[in-house]
Amino acid sequence: MAVKQVTNWPNRSKFDRKNLWAGILFGLGFVAFLDETLFHQLLHWHKFYDKSTVAIGLVSDGLFHAFSWFATVGGLYLVADLYRRNAFWHKMFWGGKLLGGGAFQLYDGTIQHKVMRIHQIRYHVDIVPYDLVWNGSAVLMIFGGLWLIKSARGDERAAERVKLHAT
Amino acid sequence: MLHNSADAVTNFLFGSLAMLALVFYSVSVFRTNRQKHLRTWPPVRTVFWMLGVLFSASAVIGPIAEDSHENFVMHMIGHVFLGMLGPLLLALAAPMTLLLRVLPVQHARRVSRLLKSRLASFYTHPIVASILNVGGLWLLYTTDLYMLMQHHLWLHVLIHIHVFVAGYLFTISLLYIDPVSRRFSYVYRTIIFIVALAGHGILSKYIYAYPPNGVPIEQAQVGAMLMYYGGDAVDVVIIILLFRKWFQATRPRGERFTTQLPSLSR
Repeated sequence: MAVKQVTNWPNRSKFDRKNLWAGILFGLGFVAFLDETLFHQLLHWHKFYDKSTVAIGLVSDGLFHAFSWFATVGGLYLVADLYRRNAFWHKMFWGGKLLGGGAFQLYDGTIQHKVMRIHQIRYHVDIVPYDLVWNGSAVLMIFGGLWLIKSARGDERAAERVKLHAT
Repeated sequence: MLHNSADAVTNFLFGSLAMLALVFYSVSVFRTNRQKHLRTWPPVRTVFWMLGVLFSASAVIGPIAEDSHENFVMHMIGHVFLGMLGPLLLALAAPMTLLLRVLPVQHARRVSRLLKSRLASFYTHPIVASILNVGGLWLLYTTDLYMLMQHHLWLHVLIHIHVFVAGYLFTISLLYIDPVSRRFSYVYRTIIFIVALAGHGILSKYIYAYPPNGVPIEQAQVGAMLMYYGGDAVDVVIIILLFRKWFQATRPRGERFTTQLPSLSR
């Protein structure tokens, strides 16, 4: 089977952080977007405003919501920038994406839902399984992201060795 | 409540302003396109201007304006048009650039001095424009101002002008389409914009829970969600345009990027 040769390692290494941040920002924005469309608009599980919301919860929700719009658009522009510099690094980007998305989901599921009581995942049901799945999947995403980032670093080192052998 | 005679006054006032805006822009485009040494004025800008005037005017003249006295949802539709979508379209039409092109040189100089004046740079400062815009809305919806506006014609007119002007200043403080005297960095404008958008979202949820005096809760809830999502929809366009400029400004120049496998290059 023909394996596609990666030819842009120097560029990837030069812009490693940009790849990671593009992923983190886009992941955060994408999870926030899914939260809005899936749970607010389509399923109608979340409430726009919950009577038990505390004031700081409104502020936190407002800031995160605003930031997520910028993060989604900005993350994609960073991807475009990496492409034009021939430095896009799929694995690093995906690692950042899972990390950013998982971190936001965990923050949303613990601090925003539980401490600030912005809203619950669903109403009139036993909330515990929902919270477990929500926060459990967030933790899985974070670990998956960290593993991918580590693996991407490994690939980078392997490529470095190939270069050394060749020269 | 304001009634028909008041509507006649606002229709006349805002209607004449809208007509003047359309006529002045069209005449200016016609004149500038006869100046052979200048590039043809992009037709899309004229389209932006027409749509901008139509959206802004639809909030203060005609059915939306009439229904908005009684209905908070209609009021909110009007405000998204008047304070967000309209100003964005008008800003995209680059009216100041057009004005500078058609005016005789000495008058154009005077206008450009005015644009560089302290007063102009104060009002187009991103923080000032954001406070005028979002702060003004907080004042309108969390005090009795909203109720008073329905009873006093002058207040009604003043507030609508404020919403429109503040929305326009906010847009041009973030997107530099016309010439500006002082440029703020992309990072600076992005941070201010995030805070402003958050302030707008928080106010929407606040209205949802605590409607302005005299607004029924059902109307407040629908209106608040309209404000929230309508704001998001218009602002994401501004975000895309802002970041696009940023993207273009940071394009790689003269740098060379390796496209070959290092082992093959030696």
